[in-house]
Amino acid sequence: MTEAAVCPVMHERDHPLQPPVGFAEAVSDGPVKMLWPNGVEAWVVSSYAGVRQVLSDPRFSTRKGGHPEMRTDEGEPVVDADQPGNINGIDGEAHMRLRRPLARGFMVKRMNELRPRIQQIVDEHLDVMEAKGAPADLVGSLCLPLPSLVIAELLGVPPEHQELFQATAREMFGKNGSKDEYIAHATKLGEVLSPIVAEKKAAGTNDDMIGLMANDTDFSMQELIFLCIGLLAAGHETTSNFLGLFTLHLFEQPDQLEILRRDPSRADVIVEELMRYTVGQLGGVGITRRATEDVEVDGVLIKAGDWVSVSLLANLDEELCPRAEELDLERDAVSHLGFGFGPHQCLGANLARAELQIGLRSLFTRFPNLRPAVQVTEMSYRNDMITYGAAAIPVVW
Amino acid sequence: MPGSVTVRIDQTGCIGSGQCVLAAPDVFDQSDDDGLGIVLIPEPSADLLPGVRDAVERCPAQVVSLEE
Repeated sequence: MTEAAVCPVMHERDHPLQPPVGFAEAVSDGPVKMLWPNGVEAWVVSSYAGVRQVLSDPRFSTRKGGHPEMRTDEGEPVVDADQPGNINGIDGEAHMRLRRPLARGFMVKRMNELRPRIQQIVDEHLDVMEAKGAPADLVGSLCLPLPSLVIAELLGVPPEHQELFQATAREMFGKNGSKDEYIAHATKLGEVLSPIVAEKKAAGTNDDMIGLMANDTDFSMQELIFLCIGLLAAGHETTSNFLGLFTLHLFEQPDQLEILRRDPSRADVIVEELMRYTVGQLGGVGITRRATEDVEVDGVLIKAGDWVSVSLLANLDEELCPRAEELDLERDAVSHLGFGFGPHQCLGANLARAELQIGLRSLFTRFPNLRPAVQVTEMSYRNDMITYGAAAIPVVW
Repeated sequence: MPGSVTVRIDQTGCIGSGQCVLAAPDVFDQSDDDGLGIVLIPEPSADLLPGVRDAVERCPAQVVSLEE
């Protein structure tokens, strides 16, 4: 069990919808050590079983984890590890204490109750897009506003603060973000949220997320505000990028788009396959953990104290499903890792599912001839954050 | 009873992700009180088993079990 050579992390893509050049080759032979531009050195695990192990084995801690690039130039996480309410940076019982009440707010049936409202928001935005006429930018017309409006409503925060949510998200999930900038935005957001929280506390209501946290939990004010900031930020970036990327993959594979067009009622299964495939094709490195004791993963001994990142390519592992490198919208949903795995699996997964299913289905039902106005390879992509997506998607119909 | 199966959720580790409800909505639900997974049909019939196996596989906290 010799240690693999340290190789650099790649970012460059030949095609905007395919993994970074050379990444698959670098990680295919089991865990390898990779060096990030900011000096963080981490093992990269890329098998399906290995990623499930790293994300669920309690011997891997999430403290100071997160994405290796979600750090300042000094290599420190942008969000302080001891920040109260830092749900992604704590393990075990302390994590469960925060996670469980939030999970109640994101329950499957609660998300299903939201569906008519999500449909209404989607329809309103598609109405505007249709009225303005082609060409339109799909990102600005639907992908960005949809999750942003929904998460604000779910929390019970007025949507006029959207820009502030976005600015905070940029520092929180930005590559080599600035701690000072983050603190400035988060402080401002905290000032917006505090009176809302106080009002819900006084009213004693639990019909939205802030009410639920304020009245049904033992969360401190500091924890509550930080959790709200995290939910608002997370609710912005991820779903909007994926709605755009899903559409682009479908543009690139018309036979697959045809499957959705033929039977939009299968949007739930279709979104699972798109999620699996899209995350896999993003490739590269996802979240990072730190071994608290020596652990063997995929035949390699990870020593206590070592960082371990999971590769998004695990979603394209044949161990997960046959022909895993292909997008097959006729496939049944498989147990993919698109929302992560283990106790920290995406809290908003069921909300994202509802938004993506309704958004995608409605988009191609309203505009059956929707197509890109320029080549997918000619569009501009945002790579400044740990999330990745198209900056704009010009479409005609 | 020969051939019978038992489905369980270890609630101490459940994170309330609702994956089991998505995989097998007839067999699982989430409690209105705390959002944690609950088993509606502890001894499901054979036609429900593929969904239950899917739930065992998909549960991110690995707390759903099927004893056959």
